[in-house]
Amino acid sequence: MADLIIRDLYAEVLTEDGPKPILKGVNLTARSGEIHAIMGPNGSGKSTLAYAIAGHPKYRVTSGSVTLNGVELTELSVTDRAKAGLFLGMQYPVEVPGVSLANFLRTAKTALDGAAPKVRTWPKEVNAALELVGLDGTFGARSVNEGFSGGEKKRAEIAQLHILNPLFAVLDEIDSGLDIDAVREVAEGINTFAAQSERGVLLITHYTRVLRYTKPDFVHVFVAGKVVQEGGQELADLLEAEGYERFVKGRA
Amino acid sequence: MAFRDAAGGYPGGGAVESHLHPVPSFDVADFPMPSGREEVWRFAPLPRFVALLREPPVADSGAAVAVAHDPMNTTLGTLAPGVGARGTALVPVDRASALASGGATQARHIHIAAAATLAEPIVVTVTGAGQHFAEHLVIEAGAGCDATVVVEHRGSALFLGNIEVIVGDGAKLSVVSVQDWAADAVHGGMHAATVGRDAQYRHVMMTFGGDAVRIQNCVKYAGPGGSAELYGLYFTDAGQYQEHRLFVDQNAPHTTSRVDYRGALQGQGAHSVWVGDVLIRRGANDIDSYEANKNLVLTDGCRADSVPNLEIETGNIKGAGHSSTTGRFDDEQLFYLMSRGLSAAEARRLVVQGFFYDIIRRIGVPALEERLKTHVDAELAKAATQIEGQE
Repeated sequence: MADLIIRDLYAEVLTEDGPKPILKGVNLTARSGEIHAIMGPNGSGKSTLAYAIAGHPKYRVTSGSVTLNGVELTELSVTDRAKAGLFLGMQYPVEVPGVSLANFLRTAKTALDGAAPKVRTWPKEVNAALELVGLDGTFGARSVNEGFSGGEKKRAEIAQLHILNPLFAVLDEIDSGLDIDAVREVAEGINTFAAQSERGVLLITHYTRVLRYTKPDFVHVFVAGKVVQEGGQELADLLEAEGYERFVKGRA
Repeated sequence: MAFRDAAGGYPGGGAVESHLHPVPSFDVADFPMPSGREEVWRFAPLPRFVALLREPPVADSGAAVAVAHDPMNTTLGTLAPGVGARGTALVPVDRASALASGGATQARHIHIAAAATLAEPIVVTVTGAGQHFAEHLVIEAGAGCDATVVVEHRGSALFLGNIEVIVGDGAKLSVVSVQDWAADAVHGGMHAATVGRDAQYRHVMMTFGGDAVRIQNCVKYAGPGGSAELYGLYFTDAGQYQEHRLFVDQNAPHTTSRVDYRGALQGQGAHSVWVGDVLIRRGANDIDSYEANKNLVLTDGCRADSVPNLEIETGNIKGAGHSSTTGRFDDEQLFYLMSRGLSAAEARRLVVQGFFYDIIRRIGVPALEERLKTHVDAELAKAATQIEGQE
């Protein structure tokens, strides 16, 4: 089971000028075995939703609930959310100089599994995951995200998704900054992950093109801090044709 | 050429170095006991250096110094003051280095044969057992050789140590000085190198132990085309004082220098000082120089002083710059690592390890890199409870 259930979620971002409310009552249910897409204009709070789910220290949940398989995530540390099966693929993956990707993933895998991965098979696993997303094996020895191009960072996020193999992946603008071939490869990586049993995916995106390759089961339109409409792939097609204007206007 | 001195050499020997620097001298009397008002002593907690600096060190102290080397390519010997290369690269600039020079009546001399390639590093181990003693090491790297010398300092001591390095033309020499002292050791002194024509000199300073450590590190060039890379790693724990002072005398054209020092500080009263002086002499055309110092402050109660100085006497250069940053953990890095399942403590340990590994990987000598990583990991293991304990 990998059900992510968000109920009436309110959250604020902590800024130098004080807290600023962003999420205003988000409701969303993403069941195991489904791919969900959240689409919305810039500034609608999509990334805040991703960070609030993962527990970023600059975001504070003021009310509401997020559960993964019935476990309340909002009360857990960032680490424990990952241990509960959550993975956040970030829009801007962070560079960590001097820490090799392979060493980082080994440390993470050990933390998640409670035991170190087998020395004999581990390098092969890392290489296979890198190759799956079109990165060669040398990336394992490089510092985490350092000097990676925008596309390489996104590919590396999906490689991490495969190696850590969580229950539920929240992927924040995983398609932004990618050329069309990269979008296809990243989408294939997502599909391979989702095709395993008992996995869930929440794709946050501004554009529809990644959805052509991932075929979401549900599309949620996100405007001004909440979901304003839900539907299937046809909703993405409508947004592609008409943009967000009708939803943005309609809320006033 | 006006740039050369009367003897046809490059300046920077016994003359006034620059306004940043005291006048060099072998005479201890030229460096009276510091009061703390002197520019070069202004950061140091002087009471902790008094026992080191007031009296000359003890001769034949019985402190253990061992040299592991390959006799096929290296010769060990001794040098009295003014004999051979001794005194050509290093002229004391403060009381500690003058006492070290005067106290070491016979300098330990390591001569590496020209064109020799040493598969293994030469390892000098200095082990104190509470003595007040001086060591002056002269490392003479023959033209075109390729070698690494590691000097490890251990135990308890009031230690006055000079390391004088002459890098022959076209030679590649790495010198690593590890200050892995016991908690009560006090260390003062100076390292100074002359880098030959087209030679590549690397110096790595690694200071982890000791109560108070203050080392001056100087580089100048004996011809054009030389490069100097000066790396530093220090881990300043509660109550420790660690001062690294650098002086790069960019005295010859087409020379390059890179200075990159990194420190992590934790615990009440941890105090690090980094002073980076670079002088670009008139006539030193097309030089390229950059110095950087980064400090990672892990807990409250620490102090990191960082002072870059750049003096430029010619505008006809490729580049000269510096940067200095002192900060806390990056929350975004920690969040990223923790979102993958690492605990806060594991994330912090990995970031600190990466902070030091990031320097080590630039050294480009694989065997040396592994050795230095082992030192870092051992230090992190010792510091783990503190790194991991703080929130």
